[in-house]
Amino acid sequence: MKKTTFNNIHKKAGGKLVEFAGYEMPIQYEGIIAEHKAVRESVGVFDVSHMGEVEIHGNDAFAFVQKLTTNDVSKLDKGKVQYSSMCLENGGVVDDLLVYHCGDYYMLVINASNIDKDLAWMENNKFGDVEIKNISDEVSLLAVQGQNALNTLQKLTDTDLSKIEYYNFEFGKVAGIDCIISHTGYTGEKVCFEIYSKTNIEQSEKLWSAIFEAGAEYSIKPCGLGARDTLRLEYAFRLYGNDMDENSNPLEAGLGWITKLDKGEFNGREAMLKCKAEGLKKKLVGFIVDDRMVARQHAEVYSGDEKIGEVTSGSMSPMLGKNIGLAYIKEGFNKIGTPIEIKIRDKKVKASIVKTPFLN
Amino acid sequence: MNTPKNLKFTNDHEWVDVNGAVASIGITDYAQSELGDIIYLDITAAVNDQVKQGDVIGTIEAVKTVSEIYSPISGKIVEINTGINDVPSIINTDPYERGWIIKIEPDNADEISNLLDDTAYIDLIGQ
Repeated sequence: MKKTTFNNIHKKAGGKLVEFAGYEMPIQYEGIIAEHKAVRESVGVFDVSHMGEVEIHGNDAFAFVQKLTTNDVSKLDKGKVQYSSMCLENGGVVDDLLVYHCGDYYMLVINASNIDKDLAWMENNKFGDVEIKNISDEVSLLAVQGQNALNTLQKLTDTDLSKIEYYNFEFGKVAGIDCIISHTGYTGEKVCFEIYSKTNIEQSEKLWSAIFEAGAEYSIKPCGLGARDTLRLEYAFRLYGNDMDENSNPLEAGLGWITKLDKGEFNGREAMLKCKAEGLKKKLVGFIVDDRMVARQHAEVYSGDEKIGEVTSGSMSPMLGKNIGLAYIKEGFNKIGTPIEIKIRDKKVKASIVKTPFLN
Repeated sequence: MNTPKNLKFTNDHEWVDVNGAVASIGITDYAQSELGDIIYLDITAAVNDQVKQGDVIGTIEAVKTVSEIYSPISGKIVEINTGINDVPSIINTDPYERGWIIKIEPDNADEISNLLDDTAYIDLIGQ
């Protein structure tokens, strides 16, 4: 099992470590609900070094990334970040990712569990003057999220963090360490930063200590993958492998906003144009359960006796105190406000389709 | 991890506390810590139900996971801690006292004496 540069710190901090995507990662420290609330009410820190990073160099880097991904890279200026996806020719999602425009190259941030698959897909689709560099093992990544994230990090850097707009980034130093400081996150918090640094245990431990010292007055907390999941679900952020995969396309996954069908040719475009013309057969929607039982992944969704879909993600929402989730529901049944039933163990519980995000 | 000396334990991480004719049953400190934040207890068995050792009496729902609860002994259910669902985290914070789940009138004293004692349970969880 691989370890991140923060592994010793997680153990010392009382993290409960589990295997995730080949890495030993903390699922929680104090508890998912406490960590979730720390992020919503103040600030929390996540080690997400397991994420993959790939640099795309060469004269044809733009054309390649434009062909590879669904969002419009021509709209991405230097210093900006774009949420996007890559698709198979049939529209199935290979992965969702962030695209960083770093000047003369791009950095793609991909899901840990998909690194090998994504690299193979990129190599297969490579053309012209393009170099694909997998730097996943050379990058450590911390997400500092919540309303006091800026106050915490500003103490440690000369970069004016208030000047970095949402989905923008800068190269800078945090605690004296060279970093990419990115105003991005997976929690739904508006004040959110992700700090990319070179893999180096000594440096990582220094960075972590500095952040916790700076955040002490805000009761900063270490947060695990458990809270990361409940936080992202409250904002209906999709999780690859749960909410979309190679059997669903971005339109069905509600990711039409990152799928620019009019930008020119890209992988999956033809299939999605066809799917759009014919009408989507299923759509990912949010639901709230009218019961204390949690509707979890793979639970079947019904309208009367007819099976109309399947839950892809489900959890208790610590902020709403209600059980929420996402589900693929077939056409004809997926309008907001539609009452549905979800089979949990041997019981069918009532739920309804609601607007997402669940929190605003 | 807290493992009280006067209780009996099962391989499924339940505890049994015999008080005269009635045994209280709950889940262990180790179990609650493995489950994480507990949010709902769904007891499907009812008062006066006759249960056998190993029967599923309900499920316990945590944020991350859900787990079945088994009756550690045979007998008649005489009380269910219905108040737990007002504050389900009581199972996390006080698993052996206020976090009790059901009370049973045991059928068979041998079943109880065959359960694990605290030393054997500590061996089982390796703590």
